Amino acid sequence: MEAIQIDRSIDARGMPCPGPLMSLIGAIREAEVGTVISVLSSDEGSKTDIPAWVTKARHEMVAVEPVDGAESFIVRKVH
Amino acid sequence: MVMQQTETQQAPVTTEEPTLSIVLFSGTDDKLTAAAVMAVGAAAMGRPVNVFLQYWALEAFVADVVKTDHGTAPEAGNEGSRRFREAASSGKTQHWSELLAQAKDVGDVAIHACALSMDTFGLRQEDLDPMVDGVQGVAAFMLDATGPIVFI
Repeated sequence: MEAIQIDRSIDARGMPCPGPLMSLIGAIREAEVGTVISVLSSDEGSKTDIPAWVTKARHEMVAVEPVDGAESFIVRKVH
Repeated sequence: MVMQQTETQQAPVTTEEPTLSIVLFSGTDDKLTAAAVMAVGAAAMGRPVNVFLQYWALEAFVADVVKTDHGTAPEAGNEGSRRFREAASSGKTQHWSELLAQAKDVGDVAIHACALSMDTFGLRQEDLDPMVDGVQGVAAFMLDATGPIVFI
């Protein structure tokens, strides 16, 4: 598998719901199309919220990976 | 044909989403937080949000008292109230005013004060926090309340 090039990383661990999602939305808004952003979250709500928002906003969920008891959501800005 | 499908999938996220209307009646911090979480979630998912402030909720939006302690709902009890305050002070939950600011930042969120409640308390719009967009009668609220209405 090809390594994923991450352009921007956000460490949102410790932020309460819906903080990590809102951080992702802010980052996506500022980014150029094609940018890959990773959000590290320890919030349970992120597990459902981030995939739901990515689907709804029609971006691409590149990967979701567990990292030290948290979750890393890797998202590509599509439009 | 394939091109057309792609275009349909790429319609903007905000189109044709049902408006979420929230009638905010309670002015305790826990209920205001619950309402603000609904607002920010709806706004993030592309739904217009229409908030109508009545009575005790309206009083919590008076300028300069927004960040003061508004207590918790009776069902919280002493123990629940203590746990809520602990979560709030430790940053486990964001202040409702910050959540509403985020909702306004990401989406189409309007916050209006109920004209009757304004009269009842002798308030004018300049007495309210700037996040309140204006004063509305109930008919004007209903005009925008085309989707579900949540009462908190």
